[in-house]
Amino acid sequence: MRITADNERCIGAGQCVLTAPDVFDQDDDGLVTVLAPEPGAGLTDAVWRAGDLCPARAITVHED
Amino acid sequence: MTHADPMVVDFPLRKPGEAFPPPRYTTYREQEGLVLSYLPNGNKCWLVTRHEDVRAVFTNPKISSNPDHKGFPNISETMGVPKQEQIPGWFVGMDSPEHDRFRKALIPEFTVRRVRAMRPAIEETVDKLIDELLASGNSADLVADFALPVPSLVISALLGVPPVDRDFFESRTRTLVAIRSSTDQQRDTATKELLRYINRLIDIKSKWPQDDLVSRLLATGTIAPHELSGVLLLLLIAGHETTANNIALGVMTLLQNPQWIGDDRVVEETLRFHSVADIVSLRVAVEDVEIAGQLVRAGEGVIPLVAAANHDEKVFACPHAFDPSRTDRHHVAFGYGMHQCLGQNLVRVEMEIAYRKLFERIPTLRLAVPVEELAFKHDVVLFGLHEMPVQWESS
Repeated sequence: MRITADNERCIGAGQCVLTAPDVFDQDDDGLVTVLAPEPGAGLTDAVWRAGDLCPARAITVHED
Repeated sequence: MTHADPMVVDFPLRKPGEAFPPPRYTTYREQEGLVLSYLPNGNKCWLVTRHEDVRAVFTNPKISSNPDHKGFPNISETMGVPKQEQIPGWFVGMDSPEHDRFRKALIPEFTVRRVRAMRPAIEETVDKLIDELLASGNSADLVADFALPVPSLVISALLGVPPVDRDFFESRTRTLVAIRSSTDQQRDTATKELLRYINRLIDIKSKWPQDDLVSRLLATGTIAPHELSGVLLLLLIAGHETTANNIALGVMTLLQNPQWIGDDRVVEETLRFHSVADIVSLRVAVEDVEIAGQLVRAGEGVIPLVAAANHDEKVFACPHAFDPSRTDRHHVAFGYGMHQCLGQNLVRVEMEIAYRKLFERIPTLRLAVPVEELAFKHDVVLFGLHEMPVQWESS
């Protein structure tokens, strides 16, 4: 599983940070930054949930 | 595809004395396509009720938030979205890219980290209000004496209002909300006084910048001072009554379901269960667009009903049960898409601290009247409680 985030789309709602704090953070502008682009299997659920919760659909989960 | 005979329903959707969300929403969700209604001004508007469709509306670029567009569904003269010529900087009523300039400037002020740093100050504010409750005797109106002042004081601190002015700020914001005990003229005067105060604050911060939200926004240079007063008024109005209603309704619900007292998951479930901002997000189609298989013409209003979406049984098991143990957090109480509530993480923290401190410090708290006799807000935009008489044992 690989994660990319588009901080042009990001609206800084912070849902990803609340849902998967080991994977996502907000930079000084409050926009998404990916801490763990290839998170371990234990985080799969949280990452999918973060992707679904993102109101700007700025998170993409690649299953490769 | 389009449905020839959509269900047509009366507006307003809420009726005094009935449960909220209205039981009819279940029937609306079961309809194919969308439900049609006509606003008091005769404008046609489509009601969107299923979770999936509500999310789709919030993210569709053919659907606008701008009240300048023909057919925008302002639900009455006074309950709608102000235009830019009325309140410049009211970016809730803007689309991309105009909207993004405001949102981007404000995002850093409301990050998860920034809100976490506000916790000690919020705890202090809540503690002080509880001190005052306890000092005043053994009964109170939890709305006027607690639920409303919490967000008002938090927002005034956020905006950099000096402590000596916070009582003034709180009393004027309270007048705005007290629709039953204040007159139109009193509310109009309170709005003018707040705007005058906000303008003076901007003036002071532009001359003597400090480390606060107003000074930082001015320093970005992306928001003009005349727009900034609209932005600040928006932050105040968007964060005040909404939060207060969630605090009061959450406390009421905890008193009915005391097994959940002390469980922080109550915050998320209160947001979903009560969905106080049901009919706040107003939209208009700017191109012909299909929603849930229904053709919506350009110039027709679209109103996503977030309380209906948050009680969609296809998404939330037993949606009418208050169950903080739910693991699904994807309610749309804060909307969805680029307008999703900017202050949502601040609201969550305010609610959490308010519930925790209140029940820790006043464990004998109880309603002074039966739930059925509480004055629910069926007559204003946001759902909530006008008053909430409570009592406790003197210690």
